[in-house]
Amino acid sequence: MVKNAPILIPVVYLTACLVIALIRPRFRHFAYPVTLVAVSLASAISIGMLCLVIQYGIMRYQFGGWVPPIGIEYVIDPLSGFVLVVINAVACLVLIHSLNVNKVEMDQRLVPYYAVVMLFMLGLNGMVLTGDFFNLFVFLEISSLAAYGLIAVGSKGSAFAAFRYLILGTVGASLYLLGLGFLYLKTGSLNMADLAAIIPFVQPQKDPALIIALVLMTTGICIKMAIVPLHGWLPDAYTLAPSVTSSLIAPIGTKVAAYVLIRMLFGVYGVDVISREFPITFVLGWLAAAGIIYGSVMAIAQTELKRMLAYSSVAQVGYIGLGISMANPLGLIGAVLHVLNHAVMKACLFLVAANLRIQTGHSDISRFDHTYRVKMPWTMAAFTVAAISMIGLPPLAGFFSKWYLALGAIENSQWIFLGVILVSSLLNAVYFFRIIEKVYMKSPGDHAAKEEPAVKFGSVEPALSMLVPTIVFAVLLIGLGLFNALIVTRLILPMLPPGM
Amino acid sequence: MNDLTYISYIPLWAVLVSLAAVPLILMSSRKPNLRETWTLLAAGIKFLLVFSLLPGALEGKSAVIGLLEISPGVDLALKADPFGVFFALISSGLWMFTSIYSIGYMRGNREHKQTRYFASFAVCLSATIGIAFSANLLTFIIFYEILTIATYPLVIHKETREAIRGGRQYLLYTLTAGLLLIAAAAWTYMATGSMEFKAGGFFEGTELSSAAMTTLFFLFLGGVGVKAGIMPLHSWLPTAMVAPTPVSALLHAVAVVKAGVFGVIRVVGFVFGPEVMAAHGLNIILAVFAATTIILASLLAFKQENLKRRLAYSTVGHLSYIVLGAALLTPSGFTGGLMHIATHATMKITLFFCAGAIYINLHRENISQLNGIAKIMPWTMAAFVIGSLGLAGVPPVNGFVSKWYLAMGALEADQLVVLGIFILSGLLNAGYFFPIIHRAYFRKGEGLKGHKEASALMVVPLVATALLSVLIGLRPDLFFHIFELAGGIARSITGVVP
Repeated sequence: MVKNAPILIPVVYLTACLVIALIRPRFRHFAYPVTLVAVSLASAISIGMLCLVIQYGIMRYQFGGWVPPIGIEYVIDPLSGFVLVVINAVACLVLIHSLNVNKVEMDQRLVPYYAVVMLFMLGLNGMVLTGDFFNLFVFLEISSLAAYGLIAVGSKGSAFAAFRYLILGTVGASLYLLGLGFLYLKTGSLNMADLAAIIPFVQPQKDPALIIALVLMTTGICIKMAIVPLHGWLPDAYTLAPSVTSSLIAPIGTKVAAYVLIRMLFGVYGVDVISREFPITFVLGWLAAAGIIYGSVMAIAQTELKRMLAYSSVAQVGYIGLGISMANPLGLIGAVLHVLNHAVMKACLFLVAANLRIQTGHSDISRFDHTYRVKMPWTMAAFTVAAISMIGLPPLAGFFSKWYLALGAIENSQWIFLGVILVSSLLNAVYFFRIIEKVYMKSPGDHAAKEEPAVKFGSVEPALSMLVPTIVFAVLLIGLGLFNALIVTRLILPMLPPGM
Repeated sequence: MNDLTYISYIPLWAVLVSLAAVPLILMSSRKPNLRETWTLLAAGIKFLLVFSLLPGALEGKSAVIGLLEISPGVDLALKADPFGVFFALISSGLWMFTSIYSIGYMRGNREHKQTRYFASFAVCLSATIGIAFSANLLTFIIFYEILTIATYPLVIHKETREAIRGGRQYLLYTLTAGLLLIAAAAWTYMATGSMEFKAGGFFEGTELSSAAMTTLFFLFLGGVGVKAGIMPLHSWLPTAMVAPTPVSALLHAVAVVKAGVFGVIRVVGFVFGPEVMAAHGLNIILAVFAATTIILASLLAFKQENLKRRLAYSTVGHLSYIVLGAALLTPSGFTGGLMHIATHATMKITLFFCAGAIYINLHRENISQLNGIAKIMPWTMAAFVIGSLGLAGVPPVNGFVSKWYLAMGALEADQLVVLGIFILSGLLNAGYFFPIIHRAYFRKGEGLKGHKEASALMVVPLVATALLSVLIGLRPDLFFHIFELAGGIARSITGVVP
């Protein structure tokens, strides 16, 4: 049983997908419980595996008994175990939240929607589980195709946003595949561990093909990760997608791409190649830094909450990219910790946006006033906590990832990056306090005369299925902040690649 | 070293007691009397807890408690060293007076959202005590940022356009400062491998160049200097005077700004240390900033027509007395600076209480409207006179004691210029306070008929703090042993017996 644990997660998701697809439209409300069972099972399995990996070391699962590099294998090491827990646990809470949201936003399409959600989760989990680059491409395509579908069912314009994402996403995947082709030609292997052993002998600094492979694959993944200037698909996709889709994709979608980047750069090519012999991290660092500033500035300019959060995601992914680019332990700790912290923060914020949309029919910042706080005190409290964490004030979670990133920047004497990290905190403060100020202080009289606020349920706190996950995320932020040292020493330090 | 520390949970309880009061305050928002009981209870217990640490602090011992590892190798830890106890004693002691005064002020003015007000106030006090008892830079930063956030609702309390603008400016300044402090702490950690505060500093033997040292010092100065009101980082303070007066009194004369000054002394005496400061000429940078601030703030105070704004500029000036005292790096300089933390607190809180009482009673804020008010508010104005005399440095009010030691410190360091600045500023203080007294006592007022002294809930605290100022001036070692404590801290930082 334990030996077969790695394959269980894909099996669970695939089964759930098939079961949901078979549900007749009349019984469409059964799709939700089936989804929940699947995602909670997957969360439990991933937590269990992480514990095992921390205790007993890396777990490997070989398909059909074929020994790699001939066969495909799944590898659970501390890094992939950690990312698995993050994506499944966050998705679990988000999907619990989805009950009422989906009833309102797409009542007739529940069955296909949840089926595609399961495919999406299957894709993401597969990308993290696999130890094989080509297998990773397959899962990448599964998750991407599912994501296009999940986005396209949204409001007006979402089909266009999904199409744009499809074009860019396909370009990214193709670049990745092309790079992989070079890699395979030169080394004859697709297995990550195998490649890591071969590459030092091929001497990438003397072989342009390997460098081209590195560049192509990195570019492809950066599109998926939405590193500026390859982020064009993200703002529209997050804004126009249905609420559940954006709160599902925003926290975990880009994180898996970040995971693949870490895997490829540090796990396969190694620190020496990427930072000294062919400093691709130099380019990545500057792009990430530019992305942090660009995303934050654009977020300030937005008047719609979800779009603001989308640009904020562009900035936050920049932090992760920046941490990776530092290629030192502290930077990598910051990046991995930020994968976790940002997943929780963004999930919390997108759930708040969903709560607002369901309860009041909009998430337009200019229409916020203090009745929102009076009617929805808990939602707004959660928003405030997440916002303060995003700004990066201690002792909330967001501070600590920035703290490690700052330490990493100092270690590399990258003073400009240190400045970027600090300045972006201020920019974050600008766009979040703008909302907090409105919600806690603006009197409703200012615009009540002009328009009748569109109210569906009556503006009160949403149903418990929506409120509880939102608050759980907010509480998690405090917990993750206080106990970050535990996470870093127990979980993140063991995953640092050799050579650091 | 170990005989100087002992493990105790008291610092933790002292931090948490007002935090524990917050839910109670929020839950009893419908019953104002019960709600205020919680505040008073928390204030009283907090003071007693801090007071119980005093005997140990007088022997130079520190109560320590490590809570949890907050970052690998760095604990979230509290350490009630003599300096921390000194600051905590002043803040928690004056919180009791402010709590009583707040009740009178908020009810007298029928303020809205009083629950939020009292809850935020309690969080602020927790953060202040946390700052006082922080054992290392990271813990310090955590409480420092909590203080920033918790003060924000108090600054914008009125929710007018002006208040919101003041709040924005406040956040802009303090959040930027927090970031600089984070950068400074991170750099310190990378350079020395430590963030533990240590009397005499922990920077000796590091390989930083002088230029790097200076940059680092400027980062620290930007970090703690904003709350300490060092020019040109002071301008949030006069703007923040839109807050209700008790907030200005406790936070913008005692807790928040003194947390900044406390931070400056922590940085000077416990991070860099006097020797490193002197070796890299950092004390001169600090002294120049502080001296300029003292003079400019005193001059700017003349221009202020609004009473609270004049008091705010006076605060900016007096905060830099403390900074300048520390920058002298002599035992008497530190003693004087530390004493001034205490003495300025009691005097300035008295003056702000007076300003608030006048505002609630007569709805007058401007100095030109104060003609003849001493006739109807004798107690308030008497307290105001005591406070003003003290700030100008007239004995026997306690301002004299701290200025005396500051002057001694200037002589010890052979800095006659600094001595001159202290004397000049004393005269300027007299110059901007005495016209107010003159108006109140010797000019004929208008429209004062039918008004009486403010309510006892306000008058009693302000008379009490005025008396406290005189008492500390006469017997600095009575009850709280402030002088003994200050001397001990100065010795531990400089290693010299004054």
